[in-house]
Amino acid sequence: MGSKQLERSDLGALFRELAAEGRTIVGPTVRDGAIVYDEIATDNDLPIGWIDEQSAGSYRLVRSGRDGCFDFVVGPHSWKRFLHPPQVRLWSARREGQRLAIEEAGHESPRYAFIGVRGCELEAIARQDRIFLEGEYVDATYRGNRQDSFLVAVNCGRAGGSCFCVSMGTGPRAGAGYDLALTEVIDEQRHYFLIEAGSESGRALIDRLPVREAGAVELAAASARIEATEASMGRSMETDGLRELLQARATSAQWDEIAKRCLTCANCTMVCPTCFCTTVEDVTDLTGDHAERWRSWDSCFTMDFSWIHGGSVRPSASARYRHWMTHKLSSWIDQFGTSGCVGCGRCITWCPVGIDITEEVRIMREAADREHAAEEGVQ
Amino acid sequence: MAIRSEATGSLSDPMTPRIFVVERFRRELHDTFTLELTPGPGMAPIVYRPGQFNMLYAMGVGEAPISISGDPAQTGQLIHTIRSVGAVTEALGRLRSGDALGLRGPYGRPWPVEAAAGNDVLIIAGGIGLAPLRPAIYCLLAERHRYGRVALLYGARSPREILYRRQLERWRARFDIEVEVTVDRAAPEWRGSVGVVTTLLPRVQFDPDHTTVMICGPEVMMRHVARDLIQRGVAEEQIHLSMERNMKCAIGFCGHCQYGPKFICRDGPVFDFHSIGGLFGVREI
Amino acid sequence: MKAERIESILATHPFFEGLAAEHLAVVADCATSVRFAAGEKIFHEGEEAQSFYLIRHGRVAIDTHAPQRGGLTVQTIGEGEILGWSWMTPPYRWRFDARAVDLVRAIALDGRCLREKCEADHDLGYELLKRLTLVIVRRLEATRLQLLDIYGHQV
Repeated sequence: MGSKQLERSDLGALFRELAAEGRTIVGPTVRDGAIVYDEIATDNDLPIGWIDEQSAGSYRLVRSGRDGCFDFVVGPHSWKRFLHPPQVRLWSARREGQRLAIEEAGHESPRYAFIGVRGCELEAIARQDRIFLEGEYVDATYRGNRQDSFLVAVNCGRAGGSCFCVSMGTGPRAGAGYDLALTEVIDEQRHYFLIEAGSESGRALIDRLPVREAGAVELAAASARIEATEASMGRSMETDGLRELLQARATSAQWDEIAKRCLTCANCTMVCPTCFCTTVEDVTDLTGDHAERWRSWDSCFTMDFSWIHGGSVRPSASARYRHWMTHKLSSWIDQFGTSGCVGCGRCITWCPVGIDITEEVRIMREAADREHAAEEGVQ
Repeated sequence: MAIRSEATGSLSDPMTPRIFVVERFRRELHDTFTLELTPGPGMAPIVYRPGQFNMLYAMGVGEAPISISGDPAQTGQLIHTIRSVGAVTEALGRLRSGDALGLRGPYGRPWPVEAAAGNDVLIIAGGIGLAPLRPAIYCLLAERHRYGRVALLYGARSPREILYRRQLERWRARFDIEVEVTVDRAAPEWRGSVGVVTTLLPRVQFDPDHTTVMICGPEVMMRHVARDLIQRGVAEEQIHLSMERNMKCAIGFCGHCQYGPKFICRDGPVFDFHSIGGLFGVREI
Repeated sequence: MKAERIESILATHPFFEGLAAEHLAVVADCATSVRFAAGEKIFHEGEEAQSFYLIRHGRVAIDTHAPQRGGLTVQTIGEGEILGWSWMTPPYRWRFDARAVDLVRAIALDGRCLREKCEADHDLGYELLKRLTLVIVRRLEATRLQLLDIYGHQV
């Protein structure tokens, strides 16, 4: 089956068909001055006509002057919010005398349809799949949310100010893992989507949509838009040998330099679509005979994160930033076979002091190169 | 896209504890106690290897990773020796015979008891660090003929803080294991050694080319012991340590126990020095 | 005890392992064999430090005392180790007590004699100093670790 085209005016049909499958539709929508992911009902809930201006430490919505549905890039939310929710009740316990009974929470998992998943986000989901589904243990909550999900990807038509997916090999074109992929094209005459299926259920859904075969013109227009995005991406990260570079620079003075700016606020870990760390907390009633165990997102930027009797293992901001960045770009490769970074740029945008991970990598490399050159000089 | 079907194995969540019952509570030291556990109604016993740990849940307070310190051959009898250092361990210390608790496990990589066959074996413990090593000692002594010299070097803070004192005396009475105990400080009534555990090393005989070492104790102690052993000619691959970090899940999900690129819960807690030695010199890792 | 016998004992003690034969002979001139019963004081804090002991058998406790805490053993020394270095440097007085924990057999080297030999033969002096320094450094390292009180709650 070749690519199809779907008129903008027919986009509502996609929502209707997904709803008819009994799915909970989640997609981008404007709230509190940002584009967030939430349950939406129709294509009219999309951030039509909005784009997000992003740079280090800055995010602002502005009118685009046209009625594109997906002209923005990514906001503070990511899909982990739904697959690996910020707070989950794991189980509850009841005590009767000396006896104890524990009951699993057994959540009803929605059948999710995610609309507007970007290339970097598809990769982020794949990286969390690896952690929660493909290891020795399977996370029941994640599996419940993920197992029957339907992903509608969107190929990015614009590079955001913090994006660096091209250098990370994750975008702007959606790679594997989607059910449907849309490319939005707006020209003087028409507003339509190139629509491609990536799975059997995607193909089945396309069959129920009012689509037409896409011609050479539409294919070329869609490709041109993605290529333009690729060409206009301002940031990049050189990933070659990055694992070894960071391992070798655990005692670099640069960590202290970063720590002078880093507020250890944990924003980067909250907005990161791959950061997966959690903590657990017990909540009891006044009698102490009923307890609930809750799991919530945690951040390696807190002092509690590494606490063992007597104190925190990483009391300095320098060590905590080093842990985060080294885990993301280096340790992740040892642990899961890929980098933990997908190049979405959220940590750059949402850092209140504008620390730019791509810039820090560049400085780290330069320092290593200088030292290397100095050693060569000595020899 | 929906996920592959092979990822949809067992339905129960690995975060849910099973119920175990305290069979016996025994005070070991002023801040250390031992719980002997049996499976609750309908629960299967735990089969474990020396060096593995369980997550113990104290009702309403929380979970803590606790190494197993009994004899792995005694199935049905699950022993944990615990030092009260925080809310959870203090709550566990209030449990008495018949009380129930939650348990998940066993987790982690074991001591290389099998791989040590044919070698001299040095067991070096500090403080509560003797507890995770005791299952390994049981295994070594159960098949004593498979090993060369076996020595246990144990350091404690003071004579009254020597863990498993009677057992150490019994082991010392055997002809096939050398037991050396030292304390950091003592009154003159103490007839044993005084000095840190590293001072015991020159006193034992072993063949550095054919020796397996298992160390558990405070990180700073393990660091010094490992360096002394390397100086004596023991290969880094033959020096095994049990590491500790904050841990919330024990199954590689929570991220807390990372030690450089390692997860203590799934890659450890037992590591050979070669695989983590580079991290040992790095502060706050 | 015959001089040759002492010399051979010295040669097998780890502290003098590999020492040149002519040096061993010189050191043997200062040596006598000694034994202490369990509980016997070997030396007292403040006394003149007359000897350097090579422990051959048994365990020696280095003790001190503090008003409220009574006696305190700060270290024990066993077979193959050495006891005492106050004989080497002025004012040649012991800073701690030494007590035999069990039966102790040792070689005592006369401190004044050793000092004179070392002054006369700097090669011997340097060799001895290197060996002593290694022991002192090791003890200092161990003491630092001991100071950390690593088994306490706060590590």
